[in-house]
Amino acid sequence: MTTDQYDAVIIGAGHNGLVAACYLQRAGLRVLVLERNEHIGGATTSISRYKDYTYSNCSYVYSLFRQEIARTLELYKYGLQVIPYEGGSQIIKNPDGSYDSMGTYWHDDANRREIERFSPRDANAYERLNRDIVRQCRFIKPLLMRTPPDPTSFKPRDIMELLYLGKRFYGMGKEQMLETIRFYTMSVGDYLNEYLENDALKSYLAGGATVGTALGVYSPGTAYILLHHAMGDIDGTVGAWGFARGGMGSVASALNDSFLASGGHVRVNAGVSKFIVQNGKVKGMQLENGETVKAKLVVSGMDVRRTFNAIDSNELPAWVVDRVSNFRFRGSSGKVNIALDGLPGFHGVPEGSPCLSGDIHISQSLEELELAYDDWKAGRWSQKPYLDMLIPSLIDPTMAPEGKHWMSVFVQYCPYKLAAGEWNEERKQAFGEHIVDCISAFSPDFRSKFLHMEIRTPKDIEDETGLSEGNIFQGELTMDQLMFNRPIPGYAQYRSPISGLYMCGSSTHPGGGVMGAPGANAAREVLRDLGRGVQQ
Amino acid sequence: MTSQQKDIVIVGGGHNGLVCAAYLARAGRSVLVVEAAAEIGGAARTRELAPGARVSSGAHLLHAMPDDLINDLNLTAHGLKLSSVRLNTVSLNNTGSSIVFADNTVSGAEVTAKDKAAFARFDKDMNRFAKALRPVFDKLAPDVSIETWGQRLELLGLGWTLRKLGRYHMREFLRVIGINFYDLLDEYFDNAQLKAAIAMDALLGSEWGARSMGSVLTYLYRLAGYQRNGGMGLALPEGGMGALSHALAKAAEAAGAEIRTGARVKRILIDDDRATGVELENGERIAAGCVVSNADPKQTFLKLVNPDHLDTGFIRRIRNLRSKGKAAKLHLVLSGAPAFKGVEAANLGSRMLIAPTMDEIELAFNPCKYKRYPTASVMEIIIASAHDSSLVSSGQHVLSAVVQYLPYDDTPEEDANRTAFLETVLDQLEQYAPGIRAQVMAAELLTPRDIERQFGISGGHWHHVELAFETFLFNRPVPALARHCSPISGLYVCGAGCHPGGNVTGIAGRNAAQQVLRGGH
Amino acid sequence: MIANTANNQRPIFERPILETPFYESYKHLIQNDQYEEWSGYTTLASFANDGQEYFAVRNTCGVYDLCPMIKYDISGADAERYMNRLVTRNIKKMLPERVTYTVWCNDDGHVIEDGTVFRLAPTEFRLCCAERQIEWLLDSSIGYDVVITEVTQDIAALAVQGPISCNILKKMGFTGVEVLKPFQLGNFSLNGYDVMISRTGFTGDLGYELWIDAEHADDLWQALFKAGELFGIRMIGSLALDMLRIEAGLILVNVEYMSCFQTVRPNRARTPFELGLDWVVDMNKGHFIGRRALVAAQKNSLKRKLVGIDVDWNKQADGALLYDSKTCSRQIGEVTSALWSPTLKRNIALAYLDAPYYAGEKSMWAEVYLHRECQWERKVYECHVTPKPFYAPERKRLTPPEDL
Repeated sequence: MTTDQYDAVIIGAGHNGLVAACYLQRAGLRVLVLERNEHIGGATTSISRYKDYTYSNCSYVYSLFRQEIARTLELYKYGLQVIPYEGGSQIIKNPDGSYDSMGTYWHDDANRREIERFSPRDANAYERLNRDIVRQCRFIKPLLMRTPPDPTSFKPRDIMELLYLGKRFYGMGKEQMLETIRFYTMSVGDYLNEYLENDALKSYLAGGATVGTALGVYSPGTAYILLHHAMGDIDGTVGAWGFARGGMGSVASALNDSFLASGGHVRVNAGVSKFIVQNGKVKGMQLENGETVKAKLVVSGMDVRRTFNAIDSNELPAWVVDRVSNFRFRGSSGKVNIALDGLPGFHGVPEGSPCLSGDIHISQSLEELELAYDDWKAGRWSQKPYLDMLIPSLIDPTMAPEGKHWMSVFVQYCPYKLAAGEWNEERKQAFGEHIVDCISAFSPDFRSKFLHMEIRTPKDIEDETGLSEGNIFQGELTMDQLMFNRPIPGYAQYRSPISGLYMCGSSTHPGGGVMGAPGANAAREVLRDLGRGVQQ
Repeated sequence: MTSQQKDIVIVGGGHNGLVCAAYLARAGRSVLVVEAAAEIGGAARTRELAPGARVSSGAHLLHAMPDDLINDLNLTAHGLKLSSVRLNTVSLNNTGSSIVFADNTVSGAEVTAKDKAAFARFDKDMNRFAKALRPVFDKLAPDVSIETWGQRLELLGLGWTLRKLGRYHMREFLRVIGINFYDLLDEYFDNAQLKAAIAMDALLGSEWGARSMGSVLTYLYRLAGYQRNGGMGLALPEGGMGALSHALAKAAEAAGAEIRTGARVKRILIDDDRATGVELENGERIAAGCVVSNADPKQTFLKLVNPDHLDTGFIRRIRNLRSKGKAAKLHLVLSGAPAFKGVEAANLGSRMLIAPTMDEIELAFNPCKYKRYPTASVMEIIIASAHDSSLVSSGQHVLSAVVQYLPYDDTPEEDANRTAFLETVLDQLEQYAPGIRAQVMAAELLTPRDIERQFGISGGHWHHVELAFETFLFNRPVPALARHCSPISGLYVCGAGCHPGGNVTGIAGRNAAQQVLRGGH
Repeated sequence: MIANTANNQRPIFERPILETPFYESYKHLIQNDQYEEWSGYTTLASFANDGQEYFAVRNTCGVYDLCPMIKYDISGADAERYMNRLVTRNIKKMLPERVTYTVWCNDDGHVIEDGTVFRLAPTEFRLCCAERQIEWLLDSSIGYDVVITEVTQDIAALAVQGPISCNILKKMGFTGVEVLKPFQLGNFSLNGYDVMISRTGFTGDLGYELWIDAEHADDLWQALFKAGELFGIRMIGSLALDMLRIEAGLILVNVEYMSCFQTVRPNRARTPFELGLDWVVDMNKGHFIGRRALVAAQKNSLKRKLVGIDVDWNKQADGALLYDSKTCSRQIGEVTSALWSPTLKRNIALAYLDAPYYAGEKSMWAEVYLHRECQWERKVYECHVTPKPFYAPERKRLTPPEDL
């Protein structure tokens, strides 16, 4: 098989690479996907690390994936099944040492009555908060699947897109417009303080707003990340989250099967070491095994740093090299996957509560979350980290043996660079043990159910998935790295300074999360340059 | 009883109130300024700290007042005299290795040529951006409405100002405006002390550390101030900042305005949805066609206006404003000239910064998030007496410092905390100026809460309301007040809580006067 | 006081909704298990037959369980000032022991809700509404000496409505109830506990509402039904109530309009003027929340208005879109509530109409979809603007009511 037979080569079989591959293949191109690892999926994987347990060992919940992509690529036909979960528990340690928990429910009145136990005012204010977030969602959602305009450009296309944005913005009405500016620039802590009084509820909501960024709950520019809780939807239920049956790997495998069924090819164990560029045009790439693959059209699913590091810097304008080197990754989160001999109990969660099948949180207040961030700033993992714990096996019977469970623990903050020195096995184990200690403080029988743990520091995430500095979003989602600034100003439309080289990873608009939008948008831009239409 | 009838009553004789009064009086209106304190000036005031030793007890530098405002009001003729202009800035180091900023260049034993070149680039870039923003800062806050062609053109004009930067710089502007100062400085510089010194200009008076987004905005705000002040850079009025206020008062009085001190307003009178005057604490009522409040928004709308006249959503937003200051003031009377390491005696009049690294700024910032005091703070020190001997008896000096970050302390332990923290600060100063403790003849620390008490600013915040994106331009302090008008007709606002923000600029006062004269929104 | 039925004791996740304090009393009358959730309570859409329940109110006496109605008690020295700023009507003019129907708005003059204000005493008020809004009420109290408490669970209430409702109450021993004028309330006692009776209702007929401490719910219910037994008293569900309120031309939140606290899309919130409630807005009483926005709104002509219409046919025009012509070329409005009125024998509806159609001078057509034997049919009927209320019998206002 010669590689000349391909019209386009996609680098990386992560979910965005596969989405781009699917679209291009379906548009009639002959597409090859090169994957460095032995398995596909990038950070959407289901992997067995211990006996009959399967871990979604990187990303672990499903909500943001764009419905239109899943529908077009027929992912449900290729085995993707998404099960929404109900529940969520915020465990509360009372000043007297006793415990309680605040559950979340799909039933509005159950939810209200639960919050009313702590604050009737908040139960009411929470509804207004949700309404206001949904309003913001309505503004942002259509932008996810559009190419950001270049605000400095006078090209009709960019001007039209800017006008479109302006029209949407003005369509909200003056008051809402100004509110939107506030929403995008405030800290999540300040934002929530404007609505709520109860610490537990605030910390339950705020924790998620710092995920994947090196920011704290009091850092300006974190409030808008609350959108993540509302932007996705499952079967029309806005803001619902779910599990992909069989783990997140089933997203990748459905994409893969869809791609293969449309005639595409995937090669694993084929990491790219260098792009071959001549006269500003991409000619192909050199693989890690020394082999050369020719290609006139390359779409890189790698993050912007890895993509540009694989290009001889002489081929790039100096300012581009400069911008890329300043693009911030700063992995700030770790992940621990734990196999359990049975369902652990949690302090304060009543017998029979369905709330354990959702996200479980133990952070007690905004202050505690901010202190966790102070630890990151000082180059150490948080003493009291924000933990996003889920037990997918409560819902999905395919992931653990009967009666047994696996638990996914997302840990914020865990620095990529430790002040104490490089990550090593000893530090990694200490980090893992610390997390188990943190959980055990709220779950008396956790240790006794504990069987196995996979510890993933930002360094491990980088090594395995290739995400620079272990940043789960392929680069922080901060104001200066969003929209037309993502990944770098001037190249935010999925193209690069190298003709024929495109980017489709989460480093591009609209960013990270298992969303698929960057892949779909990049494919659309490629096809536009080729003068072809895209399947809708 | 109604004692007087005026066209306009201005509540508060801070510098913005006085500027507003002067402009209105010059336009032929009868104006009365009522000031609660015994002396006018608000936070631009000179106070006697010990017999014969006077200090600028609030703001201690003049660096952002537009030269055309100074000229318009003939402040020089009314007694404003600058004892020094274009002060150098020296970043102190307890090893004695200081860094000096003078006239857009940086020097210091440990500053590499690369950093010097980077500074030149940085200074140029930032000034370019500040210049682009200046019209925005100097004028009324833009209106986001696009109902009329005028409004549309105004907004397009804003866009065009940015585009005029050129493609590269416009892109860079749109990127850096959303970045935080910590990361931005990391992109330019290597030297940690250099970075920290620059960062201080973005952080003085703010509630945030260098890692907070929005810190670039506050830096550009400061640079715009330097750009508009006719090249005087950091300046010191002779006789302290109070002298500026007196010049403003004289300018106002010369134009016919009346100023009453010791007259605390109890409430703003409203009749038929229109402000009709004020009632003083002593029961005296002053009738007026308009009322302009120089007080901060919380004071104005939560204390002076009866909620019967306001809507709940509006009150909610005013209450939510972030107005808890984090900057304290330290005042010392010294028996002699202190000896700061790495600062020659001749340079004692420079602005001195204690901010060793950005991480240490961040460490000083962290505790205040939890309402705790820092163990080591960062500060800006001014020894005005080095330029102005009228402030002290011979041989003595007065030191004034902005000390960050302190919590707004409303605990019962406030007094003990203040005393303990003063010791901490003096210990810290001793490391930079050995022997200074022994020179201290009188010392005073004003915490944000003390500033609230002394100057009547709710929360003791330098900018009245945090200068951040969420309270910027059309959102400052809240949309309904962004152009100095208020929901109640005839009631205007002119304080630092308005666009463009704090520092002794007078812009808010001038813009408010303009709006009053226009008589509308 | 929470009604402690066994179901109310279960954990929230097993039983998210509560039973009302009367549930145990009338449980035996539930024939067809047509439950509906209302504000977190189990209520009945109908007990047996919604048509019969409707006629009970127009003919004899129907009883509706009002407990899920949200109730806030507002008391304190500044209560009158507070209420006067909160709502659009002039509360200063309201006497104690009176009830008034009003709306209240946000800063933008958009309606938060409509409901009733009870002046229990000079400094004590009760606000009755359908949606929880404690956050707004508390934030509105900044600067006022008032205490605001939600008493929804503590107070049980029954609406006793219909031409012979007064007779039944008198028979129960509430002597003097007949002198209560519409929107007046009186305090009575029964078996040693207090019963507050207001001459109010949501049916457009003669009727009363009885308010008691929740713990006496069963006792009151038993006494009422014993007294009413021979008069044909019966429990009614929300289906019947909905018919009654449409005939009375009364609007319902989440049907005719959405609270501005819940609207997500721009232009979905409504001003009182758009709801046709100008008569409850006192623009001359001084400032109230939203007044400035309403002053501004008054300067422009109304873009749309909720009016009553008559549809020239006999099929209910539920959810119908209204057009300017029989060909349905331009939409000019939509129906929010529709009813074939069994009393009036008219096909009535509440509908939003754009300007100038709400003035009623132009003709208009309703596009109605009918599901007939599993097949949808499209019909276009002419309709006319008609004054509200559609039904307002004299007995509604007559004091004392006719003794039947």
